[in-house]
Amino acid sequence: MNAPLVDIRDLTIRFTGERTVYAVNGVSLSLGEGEVLGLLGESGSGKSVTMRALMRLLPKKRTVISGSVSVAGQDVLAMDDATLSAFRGRTVSMIFQEPALALDPVYTIGQQIAESVKRHEGASDAAARARALEMLELVRIPSAKRRLDAYPHEMSGGMRQRAMIALALACKPKILLADEPTTALDATVQIQILLLLRELQREMGMSVIFVTHDIGVAIEICDKVAVMYAGQIVETGTLGEIVRTPQHPYPQGLLASTVHGARRGARLQTIPGTPPSLDAAPAACSFAPRCAHAQQRCTERLPPDVVLAPGRTVRCVLAEDSVAVS
Amino acid sequence: MTLIEPLPDVGGPAQPLLDVKNLTKHFPVGGGFLAEKKTVRAVDDVSFSIAKGETVGIVGESGCGKSTTARLLMHLMPRNAGEILFDGELVGGTLSMREFRRGMQMVFQDSYASLNPRLTIEESIAFGPKVHGVADKEARALARELMGKVGLRPEVFANRYPHEVSGGQRQRVNIARALALKPRLVILDEAVSALDKSVEAQVLNLLTDLKREFGLTYLFISHDLNVVRYISDRVLVMYLGQVVEIGPVDEVWDGPAHPYTRALLAAMPALDPDRRTQEPPITGDPPNPIDPPPGCRFHTRCAFFEPVCAEACPPLSPVAGGAHAAACHMVVPGSGHSRAPNAGATP
Repeated sequence: MNAPLVDIRDLTIRFTGERTVYAVNGVSLSLGEGEVLGLLGESGSGKSVTMRALMRLLPKKRTVISGSVSVAGQDVLAMDDATLSAFRGRTVSMIFQEPALALDPVYTIGQQIAESVKRHEGASDAAARARALEMLELVRIPSAKRRLDAYPHEMSGGMRQRAMIALALACKPKILLADEPTTALDATVQIQILLLLRELQREMGMSVIFVTHDIGVAIEICDKVAVMYAGQIVETGTLGEIVRTPQHPYPQGLLASTVHGARRGARLQTIPGTPPSLDAAPAACSFAPRCAHAQQRCTERLPPDVVLAPGRTVRCVLAEDSVAVS
Repeated sequence: MTLIEPLPDVGGPAQPLLDVKNLTKHFPVGGGFLAEKKTVRAVDDVSFSIAKGETVGIVGESGCGKSTTARLLMHLMPRNAGEILFDGELVGGTLSMREFRRGMQMVFQDSYASLNPRLTIEESIAFGPKVHGVADKEARALARELMGKVGLRPEVFANRYPHEVSGGQRQRVNIARALALKPRLVILDEAVSALDKSVEAQVLNLLTDLKREFGLTYLFISHDLNVVRYISDRVLVMYLGQVVEIGPVDEVWDGPAHPYTRALLAAMPALDPDRRTQEPPITGDPPNPIDPPPGCRFHTRCAFFEPVCAEACPPLSPVAGGAHAAACHMVVPGSGHSRAPNAGATP
């Protein structure tokens, strides 16, 4: 078996400064070629921070990172600045929630795409512009030729998101990191962008890590899902496994509390309480205070990361019991 | 000692609590040196009513005018035209603005921006009653009582500032503050949209409980169709400043008559890994509300477009065999659209 394209081992990220935040606490995950992994979690669960660590986008001075991040055989955490800028955009690209903030307002879309192509592939001006046009057509921007000379503010939200995807994919990266790219979009536009990403992923054969808080969105695009809570991955599995037979009480509760299909007036099942503050490294199960199945051992030590099958893990004592029985 | 009493029921149960007629708001834009003067038709001739005890939902995408409608109803901005009757009384006429503000309150999407950062939670909730003449001590007692009602323990939260509590807790504060004046109608403008899913369910349950306990009527504005279906009795679907479909939520969801409503419903993620969406229901973005297309505003994205759609704006017309109405030439008898029912046919 080939080594995975992305291999994160025991990643821990701590922000220091006025107060310390333990944002990511021992995350391990791997991504194979052509796979679409969904990173599902609520705000503050560490999903975006994990993505940023993969691109080394976190502020150096205030971030303490440990563990290992390897992408296509390269050690990302050890890269110097020159290697890093060759790596970003070429091997891994990222798209963000707010294209208006991610794009440069003073350059046209065409200039921004061409710059990336020239920088990474040493292409001529004409070739880079041709590639920019090709990319805009690929993401189905109508009258692409005219849009090459448009500034980001001249486009609608959906068009800007398409332009950002074109920019991210211009140098045919092996991996695309998508950080809630459809969250800010209207429903009818969101589904268009999801279908576009699904199609481009299949055509280009790239691997994708798709960060979202919306399980409906994850279902539309992911093959595998990792559920995050308080800076840890609490469950991983195929999309079907996570949606149909979640094992960890947190994803179980998340799926049960969905409004979709709930009868009007019927009480919604909820997860009581709120996520923990992350001002200390977890010493016990972070979900225990909100968990209906919590036992004494849950509050005494860290729960085990139980491997049920290859690619299927659950960080919960209940899973440990079920494995022991079988 | 003055305590706030809810406004009395004037017209009885048959009279709608809120009656909105031909509400219109246009914003002028541009018109500077050499620039062409343009108009954003944010809300254009919107009429609907809300019965007592009902929950009415408004859905639509950004720029459709749903939040502008809410702000107009609250009289947070002047309208260009239209009439707003609260329990049969004209606001600013027989019903003074001061009384009206007690009768109708609003909860906004951004729980942080809508609270004064320099007031503690208790002070924020007590502020409205104090303005309306309640003594400081009673107002604070009322605030603590309401904190209990929305699930915030007063001894823990009363003296905290907005930045010291989570988003879900802040939204509970906003709900408590809205209830402090004993309103009859509460407008919830994307009130749960910024919350995490596990917290959203808690707040929706809370809203259901409070509605029952205080006999409230809700106007629930959201872009999330699942939430609107869950909480609403009737729903308005808006597109570019106009109501395109209105009716009982189950009927609209099960038999949408307007192509836009159909597209909106089809754009919802399926929540079933085996039944992923294969085709986008419509392409393109919603057009700019500045100088919207003539005729039916949806015609630029509609799969059933015919020349009549660009010529005349279809009125809201009853959908055959149902209790809801849609503004589409395909449901207007004799409209000239090839799919329209015959002019003589009874709907």
